[in-house]
Amino acid sequence: MYELVRGPLVWIALIVFVGGSLVKIVRMIALADKEKSIIPTMSAKFGMRSVIRWVIPFATTNERLHPVVTIVSFSFHFCLLLTPLFVMGHAVLWEESWGISWWSLPAGVADVMTLIVIFSFLLLFLRRVSSPEVRNVTSFKDYVILFLVVAPFLTGFIAHQQWLPADAMIILHIVTGALWLIAIPFTWLSHMLWFIFTRAFMGSEFGAVRNARDW
Amino acid sequence: MADLDDAKVVDPGIDDKIKLLTPERIEQVAKKVLTKECSARLKIYLETCVHCALCSDACHTYLSRDKDPDFSPVAKVKDTMWELVKRKGKVDGAFIKKAARIAFTECGTCRRCSMYCPFGIDIAYLIMTIRRFCHLLGVVPQYMQDTTNSHSVAMNQMWVQQDDWIDTLMWQEEDASDEVEGLRIPLDKEGADVMYSVIGPEPKILAQLIANMAIIFNVAGEDWTMPSRDGWDNSNMAMFSGDFEIMGRIERLHWERAAQLKVKKVVMGECGHAFRGAVYDGAKWSGWKGPPIPMVHAVEYYHDIIKSGRIKIARKIEGPVTVQDPCNVVRGRGLHNKLRYIMNTLCEDFRDTNPRNELNYCCAAGGGVINCGPPWKPSRMKSIRVKAEQFRETGADLIVTPCHNCHSGIEDIIGYYDLGMHVSFISELLMKTMEMPGE
Repeated sequence: MYELVRGPLVWIALIVFVGGSLVKIVRMIALADKEKSIIPTMSAKFGMRSVIRWVIPFATTNERLHPVVTIVSFSFHFCLLLTPLFVMGHAVLWEESWGISWWSLPAGVADVMTLIVIFSFLLLFLRRVSSPEVRNVTSFKDYVILFLVVAPFLTGFIAHQQWLPADAMIILHIVTGALWLIAIPFTWLSHMLWFIFTRAFMGSEFGAVRNARDW
Repeated sequence: MADLDDAKVVDPGIDDKIKLLTPERIEQVAKKVLTKECSARLKIYLETCVHCALCSDACHTYLSRDKDPDFSPVAKVKDTMWELVKRKGKVDGAFIKKAARIAFTECGTCRRCSMYCPFGIDIAYLIMTIRRFCHLLGVVPQYMQDTTNSHSVAMNQMWVQQDDWIDTLMWQEEDASDEVEGLRIPLDKEGADVMYSVIGPEPKILAQLIANMAIIFNVAGEDWTMPSRDGWDNSNMAMFSGDFEIMGRIERLHWERAAQLKVKKVVMGECGHAFRGAVYDGAKWSGWKGPPIPMVHAVEYYHDIIKSGRIKIARKIEGPVTVQDPCNVVRGRGLHNKLRYIMNTLCEDFRDTNPRNELNYCCAAGGGVINCGPPWKPSRMKSIRVKAEQFRETGADLIVTPCHNCHSGIEDIIGYYDLGMHVSFISELLMKTMEMPGE
């Protein structure tokens, strides 16, 4: 079982994630090209101005208006992206499989980052449940996606702490991780792919065309 | 919970027209809009939205209605576009009635929410696409449809006839020449530096504004002209009713008239949506990146002639004055600093609003909302409490706004919320403050 998920399943997940994302991006650009006014509107300067502004915590009006959400979502995304890439257990696998040696996080730091993801998840989940304007636009699918995102972190953490049978946990960890990757191109997790495009387009429209700020 | 009174509003342009629809027709139109007319932007915005509702606090209708979640921008998209896409266009009359109410009367497409969305999703575009869908079904609030009909028949917004147009200009020329001796309103002067264009309601109900501008041009020594024939109207309600074919026709005629007159630029009166139509929406629909001839909004023009000394300010307005930033020239053009330069130059006691500049609240009249007419006025007034509170906090007794929609909307706000203030255009202030010849 372990061999099956560690081998073919991970391959499938990686291919679907990378291939699916590339296909989606190429198709989206082709589609944008058909709408005559989109690509000519894009401005490197103002697009990047907007992207950079929005990835700095508290640099925008709305981020300052919701300080807790800002702190939680920035730390959530930061740890969510970096932990899987640099956790020691994964570094070993990179080395074993492809001979790539990779810098890795000290175990304690990775643990803290994982806990930040789990704790932020809880807060984001609570916000979805308790805030009327968020609950109003949340469907069952949104909860599933949210749980899918945290599942590999939860199972990975439990496996690392060996609180439950480690073998089963590792398999669950790989399976949820694979599902997580596969879901990216096909759910709103694709905001990971689109963020830079939508942000840069709005930044260009506001900055280059309308001579105004978009934050 | 949506407001039940608003849901009960009877509008023949919506209710009677829905009765004429068949399921096949609805599905066919939905397919055309969702797959033929819209592609990348619609797709990417729908896929990117993570349903975080962080756009909510941007919206004046949400804030004014005690943070009712149904009035959050994302909720408006959920109740219209998400549902239309999910049901693959197989929607019924009840859905269309709700979608038309939301898209035409509860969102002014002011784009403030795009400044709050972490992804910069253009929510106004999604709402505008719903209006397009409604228009293609023939379902548009009756009052708004009437203005679009006028555009298509008379090529101006207010059914102004050719002889009325010329007559009004001559009448205003006569009035203005009381102030400046020998003043002319030059018609069809080929090769002038500036063509001046106005919106349909000016000759119809606010003709004095044309005389004001004639005086300003004459004192500034401008080489200017006005067109004697169609193309003089720069307003564009078709842009808001979803009738983009008519929208494009209006803008093309306006630019063709300017091209025929061989002017260097077009200066337009104090109006927000007209700027948007001429510079952005109309141009894009015509496949242009921008307008073919530079378009200068009145705010920019006043700023330039005051700053360069072409007109002199002899005295200032006394008493507390505040300002309304029109969405389409502030969020839409960044003219807020120039507007403040004018305000500080003309007024002794200028009191700014909070929030201001690009973050200013919409007046709830723009984006065609006020053009939906009297049936929807109670709803519009409920949607704009924050604006009334914002003005009240300034303690001003005069509100200046360089936009016709803002002007009418704010007059309604003043009445409904009993603010005891007045509204004025900048040109009216200039008539009181600028140095006249022979002074």
